[in-house]
Amino acid sequence: MGKTFSEKVLSAKSGRDISAGDIVTVSPDYVLSHDNSAAIIKKFRLFGKEKVQNPDKIVIVLDHVTPASSEKYAQNHKEIREFIKEQGIPHFFDINNGICHQVFAEQGFALPGNLVVGADSHTTSYGSLGAFSAGIGRTEAASVWATDEIWLKVPETIQVKLSGKFQTRVYPKDVILKIIGDQGADRANYKAIEFTGPAASEFSASSRFVLCNMGAEMGAKNSYFPPDQSIIDHLKKLTGQSIDPVYSDEGASFESVFSYDLSEIEPQVACPHTVDHVKPVQEVEGLTFNQGLIGTCTNGRLQDLRAAASVLKGKKVHPSVRVLVVPASRNEYLKALSQGIIKVLIEAGCVILNPGCGPCLGAHQGVLAPGERALSTANRNFKGRMGSRDSEIYLASPATVAASSIEGKICDPRKLL
Amino acid sequence: MKKGRVWKYGDSVNTDVIFPGKYTYTPMEPEEMASHALEDLDPDFASKVQSNDVIVAGKNFGCGSSREQAASCLKYAGIQAVIAKSFARIFFRNAINQGLPVIVSEKAPDQIKDQEKVGLDFEKNEIITESENIRFHPLPDSVKRILDAGGLIPYTKKKLKVKGER
Repeated sequence: MGKTFSEKVLSAKSGRDISAGDIVTVSPDYVLSHDNSAAIIKKFRLFGKEKVQNPDKIVIVLDHVTPASSEKYAQNHKEIREFIKEQGIPHFFDINNGICHQVFAEQGFALPGNLVVGADSHTTSYGSLGAFSAGIGRTEAASVWATDEIWLKVPETIQVKLSGKFQTRVYPKDVILKIIGDQGADRANYKAIEFTGPAASEFSASSRFVLCNMGAEMGAKNSYFPPDQSIIDHLKKLTGQSIDPVYSDEGASFESVFSYDLSEIEPQVACPHTVDHVKPVQEVEGLTFNQGLIGTCTNGRLQDLRAAASVLKGKKVHPSVRVLVVPASRNEYLKALSQGIIKVLIEAGCVILNPGCGPCLGAHQGVLAPGERALSTANRNFKGRMGSRDSEIYLASPATVAASSIEGKICDPRKLL
Repeated sequence: MKKGRVWKYGDSVNTDVIFPGKYTYTPMEPEEMASHALEDLDPDFASKVQSNDVIVAGKNFGCGSSREQAASCLKYAGIQAVIAKSFARIFFRNAINQGLPVIVSEKAPDQIKDQEKVGLDFEKNEIITESENIRFHPLPDSVKRILDAGGLIPYTKKKLKVKGER
């Protein structure tokens, strides 16, 4: 019987012929962490080892609270920089690079067939480039530093078939919100999601990233798009290496198969306080809000900023709304700058923040006061996430956030065409 | 067997309400972490919880972030175990790695009442409630060994030592 992508990667890495449900011990290609590396270092010391097992496999990107907003955060960053030197870890990216997931992909660590674990739930993102990548906790990350090993249960796979073409001003964010709303926030718990079908192969790397990133919000262990020629060519150019993609076999066994026709998808909004509380934008139109957020690891790439700018060009942000823009990385920021996109956003009245996690997790740079409401392109709208427990977060695409920011209330971006 | 009071919650208790994101990158002592446990879901919990109490919840407990403090703050608060219809996978791993027992039971969350006293028998794999004993599926052996060692750090330390002596 054929095997799924996940079964094939974990078979290759464990050197055994395994199937969904088996537990394997594997040595990952990379282990990612961010500002939480300070806490991981403390855990690592408890293992009683002087040196990490394999410094070349450790990738650390500072992104969560950058630049440090308090003495405590500054101390964290300092301890991480000292550890990098002490251990001779080559892959360290300081606060001037961007969000860990975007930087990890840009640096060529996310490659087809690679096995990546990361101390962050949105580590699922690298399936967009054909890697097997799953989130883990801090103690586990420390354990991988110490032993170069981790146990993983081989996941079953849910296949999502995408066909058709998006309507104007409907985006990958809308289809993934629709899928999560239909299937529920725990539908893919412990499972892999494979996005396939004729429309999937036309998705850009950035579009694939949106769906794989949000796979975490369905509970997925890992998300995956089969790499097509354009992705393979891009990765060849990036790394200067040959690329050996892994695909599910014909006749592989899937837990279930869902189909979505993109032409039927309308702009979607995830309402408080769960990501699966999804409604078509028409049902929440007219709702006022205080803060718009465009960016994050979900929607902070060039194509997202361009979509927002195409709506905001020549327009002004409504006086009752403040709009924060967070590019996903320095690279994406530079591209947007050179194309005049950042100028359009600033002229419209947006505030551009430095690439990083920004206000997404409520630690700094635009937290919400009690009673305030945000409309955000991020991936999570849990109670209190962006500040006060008495605030609310709605999630949508960059175009929906941009259009709504002009109106001062949630609106369908197709109306402003 | 120690009995504890039940703190009962619904579906999809997420990591942001268990341990808010604004605290996650601030180093904290166990006591301070415990004082923020479930802060945005049940502000009374942290001040009233007692050693050996048990959390009982619906499906997808611990969904959201990979933050490990969501598991450790409950352990530091004295929670003996979390019983839920299902767990989000990273929380499940974090709990095992912190030595916090997690029990999956479709039936128990519907049967057990809030503030009821329950005990846990890990030999017989049973939850002892005031009215009945509810059986649960034991964890896979490889996972149980980590839990039995008290978490991933003591477990791995033991393993590294064995390897070193070989």
